[in-house]
This record gives sequence, structure tokens and C-alpha cells, in this order.
Amino acid sequence: MGKIITENLNNDGVDRRGFLKCMAWAGTGTLCLIQGGVLKSFALSEVANMDQSKLKGDLSFVQISDSHIGFDKAANPDVTATLREAIAKINGLGQPPAFVLHTGDLSHLSKASEFDTLDQTLKSIHTEKIFYVPGEHDVLNDNGEQYRERYGKGSFGDGWYSFDQKGVHFIGLVNVMNLKAGGLGSLGKEQLEWLEHDVKSLKSSTPIVVFAHIPLWSVYPEWGWGTDDSAQALSYLKRFGTVSVLNGHIHQVMQKVEGNVTFHTAMSTAFPQPQPGTAPSPGPMKVPADNLRGLLGLTNVNFVRGKHTLAVVDSTLQG
Amino acid sequence: MKTAISKLIVATAMLGALGWISASNARFGASAASAQGAAKSQEVVVKIDNFSYMPHDITVTAGTTVIWVNNDDIPHTVVSTTDAFKSRALDTDDKFSFKFDKPGTYEYFCSIHPKMTAKVIVQ
Repeated sequence: MGKIITENLNNDGVDRRGFLKCMAWAGTGTLCLIQGGVLKSFALSEVANMDQSKLKGDLSFVQISDSHIGFDKAANPDVTATLREAIAKINGLGQPPAFVLHTGDLSHLSKASEFDTLDQTLKSIHTEKIFYVPGEHDVLNDNGEQYRERYGKGSFGDGWYSFDQKGVHFIGLVNVMNLKAGGLGSLGKEQLEWLEHDVKSLKSSTPIVVFAHIPLWSVYPEWGWGTDDSAQALSYLKRFGTVSVLNGHIHQVMQKVEGNVTFHTAMSTAFPQPQPGTAPSPGPMKVPADNLRGLLGLTNVNFVRGKHTLAVVDSTLQG
Repeated sequence: MKTAISKLIVATAMLGALGWISASNARFGASAASAQGAAKSQEVVVKIDNFSYMPHDITVTAGTTVIWVNNDDIPHTVVSTTDAFKSRALDTDDKFSFKFDKPGTYEYFCSIHPKMTAKVIVQ
């Protein structure tokens, strides 16, 4: 599986930048190991006392995002093909993921045929279940009615919900509805009240993973890359020891650490978008055909019980 | 002969009257269908490209139809902030038009990319 090697000074294949990133979000006094291609973090004090089997992930899942089924312009005339390539990467993992998270923009124009093609294509992933949150492209013309009919079973309001896996609490939020002129993403009062209630009785040691389409931190407001009322949502999660926020929408990897919260955005499986401020607008970015797959990809997440953060590894469709 | 001529005169008068009525209708802003060369319906085109509406702010006279054309490679919408008008999602080359009969300032935005805002001023 190809990994992003952004600084390979000695040409020995060691992802130094990724290593440093790991150090940054894992904190001081932490060992970062690359094992089987996966970055993991361990508190130094624990490493000596652990046996090898404990160093395997307790829970691993994959995040894909922004498949935009139905898009067919120059930036990528065949988004279904690149999605299939992403699925091949997932199926090639040493350990099949417990489930897959799709962080939205499943379709490009909210058409039934696009959702159908997506469902057909995702059938070939070797995993137990797929969880979804909608992107703004999935709720066009019908206020998300079709999206909720297909993917919103058991969800509340516009399609938010939570579930637990191996002691980790996952929360799927919807921030692409009722957007106001000049505004950013929006969670809304009803969803915020639900969220406050949803986490109220959880122990602060419960690892939390929040996933939503538009970033819940201010990546680049000029391009709408942020959420107006995310601060309130994050205030309900302040007391938890480990909070990981997984988003999509911007079609590139960005990461930020703020105290106990790690924010991470995923690549798209369809087309790349420019880095903030490097183009007149955040539209599909055309690149030479040979470079396309190096800018598309998926995210592999490993949680090892007892660690205070998740190991998040992005990989492209190249190689 | 006299009858024919008088019929012709009446017919001409009637045509003339119709012409006058049509012209009056055009002056009062009725549909362009019957107006012959008199005030045609005004049409103004706003192009959508690179996540923006161009021209950004336009001023038109009441009765003007504004036509939005999406030239971008991503879908956009045209939605009035006061619910005066609302387009479906416009893919590349799709159009949406709205006739502005009442004077006023109409702010609108793209409901998919809400940072895209613009306005139509109707005088």
C-alpha cells in the first residue's frame, strides 16, 4: 500500500514527516513505531511491559470520502474507477477493517443513479458495515430526503447518529443542511442539543471519534472550509481524554492538534482540490494524468486500547 | 366597390387600433408576444464560474428577466435570501431564469457553497 512520503531525504523509504507528525500528536515521551506499514504511538513507559500481540490494533477502520459519483469533468472523467482502486487498496490491507466510514459527497448531483452506482461499487469492500454522513452534494433539491431514505436508517433529524465499537464512541454529524448566505457549515440547535445529551453519561476516558463532512475547524473560511457552530459541539467533548475528528470536503489531507482533540481531513477518491489560497476557487483541480492517483486516497485508522490517541495513516492510490 | 373600400378602411382602422393597443400593452409591461418591435422583455445574463456570480451586483428595471448560466465545472444554485426565488442544482451549462417584476434589492446565494453571494437591484 502506497504511503505519503513527503520528505524522503535519504531515499530509504522512511516517512520522516509522517514520523514527526506522529510525535506531534502523540505527545512527548512517546514512541512512534512503524509496524506493518502502520504508524502507531505508545507511551514509553508501557512499551517495555507489553508483549507483541498487544501491539496489534484493537480496532481498525477505514475512512473514505468525496467519491462524487456522477462527476465526469476533466479533473477525473471516471470517478467510479478511482473509487474501485481505493476499494482494492482497502481489500489489500493485512487486517480487514471492522467497518468503513464515508464522510460525505457520496454522489455529485444527488441523483438516484449516482447513489445506485455507489452502492453497487461499495458492495465489493471486504468489511462488515459502512457508515455514512452526507455532503452538500448529497442533499440537493430534496433537503436530503433521498439520502436519509438510503443511508439514514436509525438516524435523527437530518441524519445524525452515534454508535459504539470496542469501547470507542463514534458520532456522525450533519453540517451541510440549512446553510445560510455567507456562512460556513452548520450543525444547528437541534443537533447540538442531541449531541450534548448523547455524550452526557459517557466516562471521560471513553475515546470519541466524531465524523462529519465539512471540517469542524477553521481550515479556510474564505472557501467555506469550516463550520459556524462547531465550537459549541467541541465544548461538549472538552472533558474527554481522546477526541478524534474526521472530516472530508476539502479533498486533501490536513491535520491539526488542539489539546486532546486531533482534527484530520481525508483525500477524495474522485478529484483533488487546491491548497488554501493557491487558486481563485476551491473547484476540481486538474493535474497531469500521471499525478492524479498520487492526490487521491483513503485513510486507515488504528486504535490500540490504552493509548490516548488513534493512529491515523493516509495512503494514496499510487503504488 | 364602395363597400370594399369602406371594408378596407375599417380593416385598416382596426389594424391601426390593434397596433396602438399592442404598443400600449408593451408600455404597461405585458408579455412581448404581441408587441411588434416595441419594448421587448429585457433579459440580463449572469454567468456563474469559479465559485462566483458575474456580474456580482446588477441593477435592472422592473420586468427584466435575469438568466443565470453555470459555466463552472461544479454545480451551483441560485437562492434568494427572502425565498423570492430558488433554483434546482445547476450542473455545468444548466440555466435558471427569474423575472423581476417588483422593485427592490434581492440578495441571493449558492445554497451548496454559501460563501457565494450576490444581488439584483430592481428599479
